[in-house]
Amino acid sequence: MTNNLRFGKYWLYIPLVAMAIFYILPMYVILITGFKSFAEVDLKTMWVLPQGIAFDNYIEAWAKLSPSLRNSFLMVIPATLISSALGSLNGFVLAKWKFRGADVIFPFILFGMFIPYQSIMIPLVQFMNRVGVSGLPGLALAHIIYGIPITTLTFRNYYASLPQELLEAAKMDGASMLGIYRHILIPISLPSFVVVLIWQFTSAWNDFLFAVILTGNEQWPITVALNNMAGSQIIAWNVQMAGSLLAALPTLLVYIFLGRYFLRGLLAGSLKG
Amino acid sequence: MVRDKDQFLNILLVSPSILAVFIFVYVFIGWSVRVSLSKWKGLNADYTWNGINNYLELFKDPRFHVDVRNTLIFTGVFVVGSMVLGFILAVMLDQGLKGEGFFRSLFLFPMAISYIVTGSVWRWLMNPAMVGSRVTGFNVLFQNMGLDFLANTWYGTPVWGIAAIGLAAIWQMSGYTMALYLAGLRAIPAELKEAAQIDGANQLQIYRYIMLPLLSPVTLSALIILGHMSLKVFDLIIAIAGKQLPLDVPAIYMWQITFDGLFYGKGAAIGIILLVSVAILIIPYIRYTLKTEAQQ
Repeated sequence: MTNNLRFGKYWLYIPLVAMAIFYILPMYVILITGFKSFAEVDLKTMWVLPQGIAFDNYIEAWAKLSPSLRNSFLMVIPATLISSALGSLNGFVLAKWKFRGADVIFPFILFGMFIPYQSIMIPLVQFMNRVGVSGLPGLALAHIIYGIPITTLTFRNYYASLPQELLEAAKMDGASMLGIYRHILIPISLPSFVVVLIWQFTSAWNDFLFAVILTGNEQWPITVALNNMAGSQIIAWNVQMAGSLLAALPTLLVYIFLGRYFLRGLLAGSLKG
Repeated sequence: MVRDKDQFLNILLVSPSILAVFIFVYVFIGWSVRVSLSKWKGLNADYTWNGINNYLELFKDPRFHVDVRNTLIFTGVFVVGSMVLGFILAVMLDQGLKGEGFFRSLFLFPMAISYIVTGSVWRWLMNPAMVGSRVTGFNVLFQNMGLDFLANTWYGTPVWGIAAIGLAAIWQMSGYTMALYLAGLRAIPAELKEAAQIDGANQLQIYRYIMLPLLSPVTLSALIILGHMSLKVFDLIIAIAGKQLPLDVPAIYMWQITFDGLFYGKGAAIGIILLVSVAILIIPYIRYTLKTEAQQ
């Protein structure tokens, strides 16, 4: 194996680049197809680069999907903000100001993060109908509540890592519990807020299951609208590819610019944060 | 020491969340169990006692047998594929190469997009057509490269079609296992590796006999997380192939039988079967994680 050392590790670039191509392929197809003109589109030439840049597909996809993109934003923004705020409060109390029974409650909250939603779906729909919350507000509510476990977990793990002395000192100075939370914990946990906000934004934006059972035609978020477009025989596949890019863009941009925080959320989701 | 006033405030602050989770998770599960033991069929709720008949019927139902078989095949392909690929990628990226960050971001980016987007591309990449004007995606790529023997019917293949869905799922999730393994590898002290090198172990031996055993907690987490995901697989199949019987899984059956067929009792029973399968994996995992955390 000393041979390896002489050649260096550069041979590793061969499998790495091969894998990189595998991961890029679907994006390549989405991008090149989206920019082909209608005249150029043919299933046989899927892999061939476009002759010029045309926006036909995007114009049509935008016309079909812009209302549901708007729906997605309307639902995802409050869902993300509220469940992150709640998670931070819960994490703070569960990590630093334990009340009796806090350690018993925590695993029960955690379990909620893993349940298959099929097991609560019928009651959820019944409940929403009974209390008269439907459409986008109902969907946002579902994301807020089923988001609480993971947001709580992330903040609890972060707050638990802070030295107890920090709080004791503040308490000595007469700070109240809420004062400590507001003036000490919130400012130093801004990175955790970014992690949780990104995580909630991504999962609510990408969700399909809740969306498909809780919203109707007018209020479809982007995932449902895109799926119905892709399943349709009338709308050409090139428009579907353009639509896929529109649907992926918001979370993709977040990933490109804030990928570091995204990774931390990912690890937290496996309880390893 | 917690002051009484604070104690009260604490409980006040967290109780809305705890109450909401309690209702939306546990009360709803109880409610689902009750529905699964009822004769409810049709739009109006009907809680007439039906014992465990819905479950018994499911266990005899050929469609449910297909679901179980598909879930097993999918789990096998998806979990094994993502674990092996993720581990190999992590080891390659652990060698301190230039451009590591770039490759890592690239392998991980599919996690940021939805199964629906992934599915709407892969449905064309893996289009089952092998001849005629609809040949596209990988099949046309293989033909252009003179690799015709690789062309196949993908998710249109009888029985094994679900394995093709597993491929798309590997594309989406292998970066996640890579990230888990990479974090695990980084946590192993460098001295261990150096000591083994001095003792004459080669790279392969080091990863096989030193790193892999040390990474077994990571392997366990990844297995459980991926395993429970594959029990829940839903969006990806819908986006690639729609609702079709050969590619049916419990989550799709549940959706159709409940909201299209209005057999609420049976739908609830499928939901509860899924829940129990997930719980068998997840409850010991949560206990184990919290116990190791408490020991540290």
